[in-house]
Amino acid sequence: MDYSQFGAMLPELIILGIFLIVFCTDTFGGEGARKILTPFTTVLFGLATVAIWIIPSNAEPIFGGMYVDTTACKAMKAMLNVGVFIVLLQSAKWTDSDEVAIRKGEFYELMLVTLFGMYLMISARHFLLFVIGLESASLPLAAMVAFNKKHYESHEAAIKYILTAVFSSAILLMGLSLVYAFSGNGSLYFDDIRVALTGEAPSGLLIAALAFVIAGIGFKLSLVPFHLWTADVYQGAPTAITAYLSVISKGSAAFAFFVIFVQAFGSMYSVVWEWMMYAVIIATITIGNLFAMRQKNMKRFMAFSSISQAGYIMLGVMTESALGLGSMMFYIFVYIVSNLAVFSVISAIERKTGLVGMEDYDGLHKTNPWLSFAMTLAMFSLAGIPPFAGFFSKILIFTSVTASDSMALYMLVLVALINTIISLYYYLLVVKAIWINPGEAKVEGFRSSGAERLALWICVAGIIFFGLVPYIYQYCVDMALPMFN
Amino acid sequence: MDLTILWYIVPSVIMFCAGVYGFCTRKNMIALLISLELMLNSADLNFIVFNRFLFPGTMDGMVFTLFAIAIAAAETAVAIAIIINIYREIGNTDITSVKQMKF
Repeated sequence: MDYSQFGAMLPELIILGIFLIVFCTDTFGGEGARKILTPFTTVLFGLATVAIWIIPSNAEPIFGGMYVDTTACKAMKAMLNVGVFIVLLQSAKWTDSDEVAIRKGEFYELMLVTLFGMYLMISARHFLLFVIGLESASLPLAAMVAFNKKHYESHEAAIKYILTAVFSSAILLMGLSLVYAFSGNGSLYFDDIRVALTGEAPSGLLIAALAFVIAGIGFKLSLVPFHLWTADVYQGAPTAITAYLSVISKGSAAFAFFVIFVQAFGSMYSVVWEWMMYAVIIATITIGNLFAMRQKNMKRFMAFSSISQAGYIMLGVMTESALGLGSMMFYIFVYIVSNLAVFSVISAIERKTGLVGMEDYDGLHKTNPWLSFAMTLAMFSLAGIPPFAGFFSKILIFTSVTASDSMALYMLVLVALINTIISLYYYLLVVKAIWINPGEAKVEGFRSSGAERLALWICVAGIIFFGLVPYIYQYCVDMALPMFN
Repeated sequence: MDLTILWYIVPSVIMFCAGVYGFCTRKNMIALLISLELMLNSADLNFIVFNRFLFPGTMDGMVFTLFAIAIAAAETAVAIAIIINIYREIGNTDITSVKQMKF
């Protein structure tokens, strides 16, 4: 075997290297090292983020085609890295609190391992590597959800998460075993499966296989029939983990979903899974919206909002084109900064006061004008109000879906548009609570820590400039193009 | 009597359905885990049988099964650790008593 192939997995090696450094510092460094672990990890990860943006991608498949780091994969990894960097910044103060300080090394290690799994998931072109990546991305997350040892909610969230995660991965494995039966020569490479499935008549077994695979991955994305864990887990998990779950884990799963359904099952698009995805997307957007309206807890509210946003991200899969992949990546990037801005505010307020209810935000602008400002911008962006980035990401993904001039896709976009208006209502509820609701402010004025302010500044800059700088969208599409040549 | 592929597929399907049924009806968390193991093992059995009968001479299904068994073991370990935490908090392992967070 040619071991030099490992050299081509540069992004993975960088993350693995950081993991080993953090692990050794945490284990052998003693008390002194634990004190500087937070800034140390954050700076190291920031450097890695820059490095992953800079290093060239390696389009040459390695390990017999199991792993490939195309330009799109590399761009996606770099975007996820930006998100993780923001999560690290906003959780810096939390990891220094008395309850977590002694275990904060574990928090960073688990986070890096899940990120490693997501990298494998994004780059995998063989179902075995994909399953390994998916599992190493979701199992450590269960341990992270259970991180607040002294809070009962954390344990309840963790048991709900791990049971549904194992259930869905069992369904996914069952689906893959049925797909395996269809592979002409017993090979599980995406390309071989596409060749074997071409011209296959849609039999009951094939439909069951694809439905099982959609269910298994849909769980990670919290698409609607498989979303029931989302709200409870988001509410019970520590806020930093909730932020991580809602953007990073979802973004990587969406990309992997796209790759699998275009590369492996692309030839079955119109015969088998197109109609399944219509139903799933419409249900996801609508039900996520309707349940978000009645939430009073901000973390539960963001859970249903993120379910609905996952439906919009999935619109990109319906296009099966480079334009669709590019606008999906752009949507995920915008979603990362908007959602993390909201979670930065939520976690800053929760850390100071312990309040997460929506009514606790009444009159926030009197005491914390800057946090209110950031929260308002983020809500406008999530709802898709111009000129913020959310508007452009929505318009681009709608354009890419309607580019193929199919009547059914136009109807799908119509449903999504109506839901955008519904979502405006509940996003503006938060803005109303902050700026309009009468009464004394429940949150006292406070100055957030430097790291939290940096995280918020990055997010706000992203919300304002991603939409106005067309280069970023062009970059996403350019990166996506080589996958379709 | 020669063993055709059906002799393996039918037990695998029965195992999978039993696992789903057990997951939906059992109250004890350990019993839930056992049901999940049934489902995972039926998928493994499928892989091996398809490999043996449909694609003799290749190894993909067997190798996949080895990895899937290791993953299933890791999943069980994490789940049991969380169940122990729950047991320390509430004193039993009944899934119906874990219901503080709802809609």
